[in-house]
Amino acid sequence: MHTPMKIISIKMTIVMLTVFTLVTSCFSDLDPQPLGPNSVTSAYAYNTPADYKMGLAKLYASFVVAGQSGPGSDPDISNLDIGFGIYLRGYWNLQELTTDEAVYTWTEDGTIHPLHWQTWTPTNTFIGALYTRMMLTIAYCNEFIRASAASTDTEVKRYHAEARFIRALAYSHALDLFGNPPFVTEADEPGSFFPKQTTRTDLYAYIEKELTEIEEGLGEPKFEYGRADKAALWMLQAKLYLNAKVYSGTERNTECITALNKLLSRNAYTLSTEYRHNFVADNNTSPELIFTINHDAVHTQTYGGMAYIIHGEIGGNMNAADFGVSSGWAQNRVTPEFVAKFPDTSGDTDSRAMFHTDGQNLEIDDVGTFTDGYAITKFTNKTLAGGNAPSGGSIDFVDTDYPMFRLADAYLMYAEAVLRGGAGGSSSTALDYVNAIRARAFGDDSGNINAGQLTLSFILDERARELYWEGHRRTDLIRYGLLTGSDYLWSWKGNTKAGSSTEAFRNLFPIPAFELAANPTLKQNDGYPGGE
Amino acid sequence: MNIKLLTLLGLLIMAGGVFAQGQTVRGKVLSGDDGGALPGVSILEKGTTNGTVTDGEGNFTIAVKDGGTLSFSFVGYATQEIQPANQTNLTITLLPDVKALSEIVVVGYGSNEKKDLTGAVVAVKPEDLNKGVVSSPQDMLIGRIAGVQVSTTDGAPGAGSTIRIRGSGSISANQEPLIVVDGFPLDASAVTGQSNGLASINPNDIESFTVLKDASATAIYGLRASNGVIIITTKKGKEGKPQIAYNGNFSLSSPMKYVDVLSGDEMRSLTSELLARGDVPGLTAQAAERLGDANTDWQKEIYRTAFTQDHNVSVSGAVKNFPYRVSYGHTDQDGILKTTNFKRNSLNVNLTPEFLNGDLKVSASFKGTHTNQNFGNTSAVGSAVSFDPTQPVYNGSTRWGGFFSWVNPPSATTMDPNGDPISLATSNPVALLMQTDNRASVYRGIGTLQIDYRLKFLPALKLTANGGFDYSSSKGHNNNPTDAAFTYASGLGQLSDYTGENKSKLLDLYANYNKAIGKSNLDVTVGYSYQRFDREGSSFIRNASQTIFSDNSLDAEGKPIPRQYISNPNVLLSFFGRLNYSYNEKYLVTLSFRDDASSRFSKNNRWAIFPAVGLGWHINKEAFLSGVRSLTDLKLRASYGVTGQQDVSNNPYPYLSTYQSSSSTSQYQFGNAFTNTYRPQPYDANLKWETTAQTDIGLDFDFLAGKLSGTIDVYQRKTRDLINAIPIPGGSNFSNVLTTNVGNLENKGIEITLNSTLVKTKNFKWNAGVNFTHNVNTVTKLLKADDPNYQGVSAGGIGKQQYIQNIQVGYPINSFFVLQQVYNSAGKPIEGLYVDRSGQGGVVSGSDDNKYRLHSPQAQYLIGINSRVNYKQWDFSFSGRASFGNYLYNSIQAGSANYANLYQSIGFFTNMPARIKDTDFYSYQAFSDYYIENASFFKMDNISLGYNVKPMLSDKLKARVSLTVQNAFFITNYKGIDPEVSTGIDNNIYPRARVFMLGVNLTY
Repeated sequence: MHTPMKIISIKMTIVMLTVFTLVTSCFSDLDPQPLGPNSVTSAYAYNTPADYKMGLAKLYASFVVAGQSGPGSDPDISNLDIGFGIYLRGYWNLQELTTDEAVYTWTEDGTIHPLHWQTWTPTNTFIGALYTRMMLTIAYCNEFIRASAASTDTEVKRYHAEARFIRALAYSHALDLFGNPPFVTEADEPGSFFPKQTTRTDLYAYIEKELTEIEEGLGEPKFEYGRADKAALWMLQAKLYLNAKVYSGTERNTECITALNKLLSRNAYTLSTEYRHNFVADNNTSPELIFTINHDAVHTQTYGGMAYIIHGEIGGNMNAADFGVSSGWAQNRVTPEFVAKFPDTSGDTDSRAMFHTDGQNLEIDDVGTFTDGYAITKFTNKTLAGGNAPSGGSIDFVDTDYPMFRLADAYLMYAEAVLRGGAGGSSSTALDYVNAIRARAFGDDSGNINAGQLTLSFILDERARELYWEGHRRTDLIRYGLLTGSDYLWSWKGNTKAGSSTEAFRNLFPIPAFELAANPTLKQNDGYPGGE
Repeated sequence: MNIKLLTLLGLLIMAGGVFAQGQTVRGKVLSGDDGGALPGVSILEKGTTNGTVTDGEGNFTIAVKDGGTLSFSFVGYATQEIQPANQTNLTITLLPDVKALSEIVVVGYGSNEKKDLTGAVVAVKPEDLNKGVVSSPQDMLIGRIAGVQVSTTDGAPGAGSTIRIRGSGSISANQEPLIVVDGFPLDASAVTGQSNGLASINPNDIESFTVLKDASATAIYGLRASNGVIIITTKKGKEGKPQIAYNGNFSLSSPMKYVDVLSGDEMRSLTSELLARGDVPGLTAQAAERLGDANTDWQKEIYRTAFTQDHNVSVSGAVKNFPYRVSYGHTDQDGILKTTNFKRNSLNVNLTPEFLNGDLKVSASFKGTHTNQNFGNTSAVGSAVSFDPTQPVYNGSTRWGGFFSWVNPPSATTMDPNGDPISLATSNPVALLMQTDNRASVYRGIGTLQIDYRLKFLPALKLTANGGFDYSSSKGHNNNPTDAAFTYASGLGQLSDYTGENKSKLLDLYANYNKAIGKSNLDVTVGYSYQRFDREGSSFIRNASQTIFSDNSLDAEGKPIPRQYISNPNVLLSFFGRLNYSYNEKYLVTLSFRDDASSRFSKNNRWAIFPAVGLGWHINKEAFLSGVRSLTDLKLRASYGVTGQQDVSNNPYPYLSTYQSSSSTSQYQFGNAFTNTYRPQPYDANLKWETTAQTDIGLDFDFLAGKLSGTIDVYQRKTRDLINAIPIPGGSNFSNVLTTNVGNLENKGIEITLNSTLVKTKNFKWNAGVNFTHNVNTVTKLLKADDPNYQGVSAGGIGKQQYIQNIQVGYPINSFFVLQQVYNSAGKPIEGLYVDRSGQGGVVSGSDDNKYRLHSPQAQYLIGINSRVNYKQWDFSFSGRASFGNYLYNSIQAGSANYANLYQSIGFFTNMPARIKDTDFYSYQAFSDYYIENASFFKMDNISLGYNVKPMLSDKLKARVSLTVQNAFFITNYKGIDPEVSTGIDNNIYPRARVFMLGVNLTY
């Protein structure tokens, strides 16, 4: 059979064309395609305000959860115990364990006791854990701020301002704890570049400016529970100004009072009748809370945050069920120096003396023994009425929200700023505020003080009594010059039972060693290896 | 089959005519194999069509012209030429043909004669491999091939294995070789609900394995070739009458060894001893009353002697020129851990018809399997080691299904059987097993259709189209009832179900041109390949009352999407080519390339070219060796090539920013509503494949046609652009680590394989083989900028933020990273005392600077041995392997052999290994190098004895009966129960069982 060449070529052409079409039609398959309900590429991420709300929720959630799938999987941070990498847990550890308010039982990996001893090094796990989470939260904020910048939607614009608030909050922690962190904003696209280091003075100025700029964009006080509103901003401003001397070398007490006046003049908040209302599973009903980090045993499961504080306070012969949780982790107790700030430990006099003393020794002979040091019963996953947590979720987790800012703190800051010479407030109002707190604590006016008793050192002790274990102590002690040095000693400060002097450079934490390795452009804080 | 010989045979048969002229020669043809007569040998007078065939006794008679030359040929034997001259009675001994033995080797996109290969390629047949309870194909390769380390993950029925060809070539990317079944590259990841992707291939259907080791052989698979390639072909129908075969195995498995732990009595006396000493926190007299009075051996409670049956029936033959093979297999394997089971039904159909006088060949295959697996609850393995032996299995609790469980409060001396469980306490191992329903069902179908068409007007050119699909669908659940005490903390009763669907489709189009021009032979293949993988799955976890969800999410409107979804597509697109050139059958050149694209990478990094060159030289064909008759073959090979690894991440688009939605348990509360969160995922826009450059020099030799044959290879694999998750500066991306290309590592080694036919007579045949591998693995770079303080990458998690292994420049991957133990004069380790290697003082154990890298889990030397003896109707074989220089972290001993572990103040006791006396440690010394133990071993994997029953039913029915012991015994100094743990951390894996098996084979 003879096939004319022509027909062969036509056949061949058809075959070749078919093959060519087949081959080239597949090229587009190499490009990204949508991935189903749980994961989307960035191009498809933000379409509706609801999408933006999810992005915003991540910024808040970054303070409390480990990642995207419950307490134990899909964490945001790698190479770290999932519980350790949670913002509130890390923040609490650095703010409380370094002071007279808390001692931790277990050795973990050998670096948690040095927090209390003030012998930490740049390789400390817990310093690294918070540092990592803090910088990550800032990176998440930057991404959201970038993504929401162009939106003209009213809701989204408010989200945008809130994201800037959350970033300012995280940077204020960086300012307070590390002083001179690397500095990244929405202008820095993600990659593996070396962020430039900022100075404490510049960062202070940046936060101040940010807060001023976003004030109008935030919601009115209490517009929605859990959201950062103007009141939260004024609290953060007040804190920034109250500590301005530490951060920038200049007192700014007048600005502190100005911010607090804006807050207090709204009369949006009142002290809860019972002190403990602020620390129970339904503390969202407390009229006193200004800004909370929200927990829920069903929807916001975490081993950090309040779950850590509540499980961690239970040990010895305490019964976990009484606190509405599955078990005690026997972690944190207080020093005898802290106990001594109360008239007695029964709570009958000052209801804030929420100690568990049965089976516990006042003195701490061994940091690693839970029964050395009184235990605390302040936080619980039971409701104010003593019922089970409302969410009905697993009692490994809790419903109790973290009271980051509350009215009592505003009162005490006001009094302190007035005492420190700030203008715009009055001594009599300051005394009224302090006595309002005292009267609630004592149940009557038996604990009230007079104008002569209202001193700076009284305020510091009152802050301890009122705000212990709420993450303020280290900052407060530094403002008073008492965290380091020998003016105030407590058990195991400086790694001796009686307490001993420590060096002033420890008012700042070191930049973690892994960060210096990853970013060679950074300089270590003074006093630490590699610093001056 | 040797095509040339077949052709020759065909010609002979056609020749037919006989010329009787000259002398008549008689004689007998014998086999050089065993000295027996060879019937059916073709005898041809050269240059004529005059020929004959030997009869049943090997005798022949032929008339030859004076001075004529006779050629004797027979399939599988070397053709011999004789000038009878004046001899009229000849005895001819035909030697087995090496070429015929080596036959055709399947390589990527085609096949080659073994003699023409320039790469390190090993082809093996299942009949030469391990027998026993083999539920997955890769188990057959254990210890059989130099440079190929196969290790089963554990002893669970249907378990997967790790395969490493020439060492570990990566840190975080996939390290398994590419597996190609009947021309279809399989997905590296098994569908959810299947522990082993290859379990859906029935080992009984396998015709051959080809292992491609060096770049000359693998580079044609480009981006997937860095870890080597294993090509599996399944059995096809053969011409002839239908042959029916049955193959059945029946076996009993039982545990080989138990962890030696304290008995109930020992536990009670240790408790009173420690109570008297008073140094276990919380261990008070009151607490001690929580001890029970039983003597429960928990390990005996959870294991059993398990029965396995395996049946396979196949029919093969040809209807005219339409060969077929159909087989069905049924496996039902119970695991030694109670409730665990693996069931598989498989169907394999192969059709290989030819049309247009052989110009159009079609090869269609379908493999369908249905596996049902009961995974049980492997947590019971660890619980059984640590559960308090003084407690009974059952205590009549009505709330907890009758099982004993640790309950609150810790202060009570008598425990209420129905109390609230202590959620952190060890769970009752029997309850874990009996109150868990953890099963999955997986359907899988793999179909391929290959069409080869030889052009009529250009017969040297063959066009091939090969298309196929691979579809798996799974459905599984893992449920616990509401009376399961161990679900108390997460919300009583757990319901978890999941589905998975993996799809893959393939299209290969290629052309092959093969032509001999004078002494040269040219064989060129060029082609195109497209393969797409779609993997999807969902999971949904909640408590029994469906009030607590730990794995679902809400949509934008806040309505629950009751599942967590995963989706992971991957598309590969390639152009490839290969040129084989040989000159005078002496000098060989192979050039290959692949231009590959993967959807894993951005447009800028998407395409990559992977070239390779291989050279071969048949030295024995040179004149200077022509006199050495005993040298059947001597071939020197050298190759160099570059391959890649694109399977670097589970993220389908690791170069893109993606957003991950949260589950319903990681939401945030705004007002009274809970909002899902959206997390930007970390990404490196410039991520690309890992690249391996491999050099190989090899020597193949064969003396006296198989009397002693072997291969020696030396190789060096250099991997660069290694994907490593490195710490990145804070604030620069959306994690603290970023997966990026930074590292380099190197594997170099030597492989020696020797096979020998030691004895070969008519009744007695003895073959033996040994293979030897030495591999050294070294990390050569890890960071972008060198940092002397960088401690490397932590690996080998042993609990809370603790890692026992480390990856560091200058050391093998996953070296143990430990503190140097100090010993007292009696040689006993001193608790908590370590050498201050950094000289910094302070708490030595508190600083990583005092840790050092000691040994690694990777063996330095591997030796495999195997032997087979046939005597008359009996056969006896064994295979074993030795591994030297592999170390293990004895995590069971480290974690539980310390006194403080005895009682936890939250109210429960824990058992400990009896070897606590070796250390008398009071508290957990996780990082002591004391626990790094030499786990070198020799394992006798298989011993088998078979008997071939004399053929029955007029020789049509053949039968063989065999007895096999699998995991017969092992020798090791390692103190745990099994020295073979591929992760290097011995932490209660499902133990491997010793298996006694009766096998029956029938063919008709």
